[in-house]
Amino acid sequence: MTDTTTRGLIPLPLAAARALLLAGGIATAASAFLAWTWTSEFPGDLTYTGYPGGLQWLTFIAGLLTTVFALAAYDVPGLRGLIPARNNAPLVLTALGGFGVTWYTVVSIAAELGGLANLEPGGWIAAIASLLPVIGAFALPEPRTSNTDALLKAYIAKPDNIPAPAPISPWVERAIITLATIVGLAVFTYGIDTEYGELFVGFLIVVVFAVWALHTAGLMDRFSRIVAHNRSFTLAMGFAAAIAFPFTQTDDHYANIGVNILIFGTVALGLNIVVGLAGLLDLGYVAFLGVGAYTAALVSGSEFSRFSGVHFPFWAAALAGAAASLIFGVLIGAPTLRLRGDYLAIVTLGFGEIFRIAVNNMDGESGPDITNGPNGIPSIPDLNFFGFNLGQAHDIAGFTIGRFANYYLLMVLIMAIVVLVYTRAADSRIGRSWIAIREDETAATAMGINGFRVKLIAFALGAALAGLAGTVSAHVTYSVVPTPYQFAGSTPPNSAFLLAAVVLGGMGTVAGPILGAALLYLLPEKLVFLQDKSLLAFGIALILLMRFRPEGIIANRRRQLEFHETGQLDVPETTTLTGEPAAVTKAGA
Amino acid sequence: MSTVTTPVLEARNVTMRFGGLTAVRSVDFTVNAGEIVGLIGPNGAGKTTFFNCLTGLYVPTEGTVSYKGTVLPPKPHLVTQAGIARTFQNIRLFANMTVLENVLVGRHTRTKEGLWSALLRGPGFKKAEKASEERAMELLEFIGLEAKRDHLARNLPYGEQRKLEIARALASEPGLLLLDEPTAGMNPQETRATEELVFAIRDKGIAVLLIEHDMRFVFNLSDRVAVLVQGEKLVEGTSDVVQADERVIAAYLGEPFEGDPGASETAEVDAAEAQSTTSTKGEGQ
Ligand SMILES: Nc1ncnc2c1ncn2[C@@H]1O[C@H](COP(=O)(O)OP(=O)(O)OP(=O)(O)O)[C@@H](O)[C@H]1O
Ligand SMILES: [Mg+2]
Repeated sequence: MTDTTTRGLIPLPLAAARALLLAGGIATAASAFLAWTWTSEFPGDLTYTGYPGGLQWLTFIAGLLTTVFALAAYDVPGLRGLIPARNNAPLVLTALGGFGVTWYTVVSIAAELGGLANLEPGGWIAAIASLLPVIGAFALPEPRTSNTDALLKAYIAKPDNIPAPAPISPWVERAIITLATIVGLAVFTYGIDTEYGELFVGFLIVVVFAVWALHTAGLMDRFSRIVAHNRSFTLAMGFAAAIAFPFTQTDDHYANIGVNILIFGTVALGLNIVVGLAGLLDLGYVAFLGVGAYTAALVSGSEFSRFSGVHFPFWAAALAGAAASLIFGVLIGAPTLRLRGDYLAIVTLGFGEIFRIAVNNMDGESGPDITNGPNGIPSIPDLNFFGFNLGQAHDIAGFTIGRFANYYLLMVLIMAIVVLVYTRAADSRIGRSWIAIREDETAATAMGINGFRVKLIAFALGAALAGLAGTVSAHVTYSVVPTPYQFAGSTPPNSAFLLAAVVLGGMGTVAGPILGAALLYLLPEKLVFLQDKSLLAFGIALILLMRFRPEGIIANRRRQLEFHETGQLDVPETTTLTGEPAAVTKAGA
Repeated sequence: MSTVTTPVLEARNVTMRFGGLTAVRSVDFTVNAGEIVGLIGPNGAGKTTFFNCLTGLYVPTEGTVSYKGTVLPPKPHLVTQAGIARTFQNIRLFANMTVLENVLVGRHTRTKEGLWSALLRGPGFKKAEKASEERAMELLEFIGLEAKRDHLARNLPYGEQRKLEIARALASEPGLLLLDEPTAGMNPQETRATEELVFAIRDKGIAVLLIEHDMRFVFNLSDRVAVLVQGEKLVEGTSDVVQADERVIAAYLGEPFEGDPGASETAEVDAAEAQSTTSTKGEGQ
């Protein structure tokens, strides 16, 4: 590493750089225990010495991460495995994360309270302490290149060739997955429970840099390899975590956020069949959610419904909603799916708007009396399963499960169904023909695929799944009105946000759209201070993401190779995949 | 040819017009069972357009195409269903699918599991998937790509992509295989291997119709060769007859074509003729 062809961006000896990283990481974590400001006016109350509050916890965690990675770089036994790639990027990124969250806090204090005078010495110390690891990180040697641009890139790059891991026993693999699930649930819960916008921004800064650091260290690759060995176990853990969420909540408001994320995520997953698998750009998808919601509202016994006497049990209402959506999907799909690309996008956009406008006008004056027009259908009764009223709070094993938590658990079930439908459909003859159509429609038809037919199936299936989610959403919100089912708006769900959730999260994956939906739901919900600028911020974030990670946050293996030619992931992976489990069983037997 | 000549493919009076341009003009054409037929002609002669008419990618302005006696509807998926499979001049693989998946897509017409069976995953579904995979692996072994089953198609070298396209077409269990310039861009060894491959395909009882600019390749392989010039069938016959025909040589020297492309084509014809004495000996097999 001390070889003359490498140098740091900041000229310091390697030993000094590493020492700065370690000392800086510890100092950053420690500075969280100081008082940063004198008044509790800044949210989170950062005035105590000896006990961190709000954003200081995030600084503490970021400092801790930097320290751990710095120790790993020192080859401390037990921590060495944290950086399988043996590169500088994880150090740089965790240092940047700590710096980012600390400076964001300090600057926010100064900006919100009106001046640097509001900072206590502790705030200054934290700012300086979090700068140290950044200096140290950029003093680490990287191969000499003539332009700084390439050098900067090298600091945050993940090397292509990461040494293959030693095989580990299936029990250890499962323990790792379990641990990751618990950490994931904790992180997610923390994010949902953030009480003020500043804390959410700080949370995002730390999470983004931490995940990025883990990715460049090569740990994400290792983890996905482990997941690949334990698919069903991971899925089960994921659902266990999802079910556990409401039990961690004391305030039903957060369960409300949870259920809305699940509804949004389920619909995004349905859209993923249409967009991600079949490659059909549908800009009016939210209409299917609307069809499901309106159908459920009409037949679930609301006294304001046109059919107020009708009160289907939930399963029948859910089926009716899905079926109505499916029929609507076929009606829209049949004439439009003969179009390709841009034309399809425009026509679906048109149909989506037609749905909303039609529903808006079916009030008995400008159209038939079905939907009560802009007033919508209110007072949809709560669901009741065998005497278990979802509208009331229940005590289960000492935990209070509120109304939204009940619906949240119902939605987990619906999402499980949708995930199952998605994965099974994708991995079958029909799923392959969708992907083939997406890849090259002419070649696909020349291989005997009836393009129109399989596209219509994708369209109808996606519509039915959205309709299913819609039936629950009608009950959760008590009422259905036309306004949410528009093309674009500042809050989800709308067609633009749904599409963004799929693209941002990762097309063609299961976890991607759900994660994308969670992010896109939380951002406008938490960042209320952005107000009318939230759409602008969202647009900028989307542009940046598409520029630097076009395959989305969670990359489908195919997509990753598509966008980053050098990847060649599939070559080594298959050899280890076949080699590894065999070695493990031998060792275990 | 000792076998009874039953026609597999019969094109009658096929004409394809694009606005004012007649790309294919009243072509009658037959391929018999067990035959390898070559289709040659200068650039822009209408060979690919003729293929597209045969496979339903284009609806011919006039004329009909029939396969084993039944007239084909001009719909690509129905043509494949009937038993005609093809490859493309510009390779059109499903680039982001694996080698195995590409071949499995080729099996589409010979399998029938729909969405319900995919969702319910009954025993029938698993059996069908397994059988499909086995069949696809057989084909990959046949063309020698079994070791690369999990590679993405886009990452294969050019020659292997062409082979994979052939395997994908064979997966639909065709009675007639249409190859559009199967050796374009290949080196001499790969071309020779492709020659073996085409013979092996014919030995499986599949008739082959191929477009090719490599004259040595065409005349070596084909039982019959047809020459298309400016959309019209100029000559048709055995390799010897076609090679000797002055109109063919004239067409390749061609008035409508001037300069380099024509000259290089002539060189190819010359080279093929120089070879003809040796190559025609190996024909009757
Ligand atoms: N879709 C189309 N629209 C208009 N003209 C077309 C179309 N397809 C082909 N043509 C024209 O038809 C003529 C024949 O083209 P074709 O591709 O069939 O030639 P080819 O014999 O396959 O040539 P090559 O040896 O270069 O592949 C050309 O003049 C071409 O420009
Ligand atoms: Mg051509």
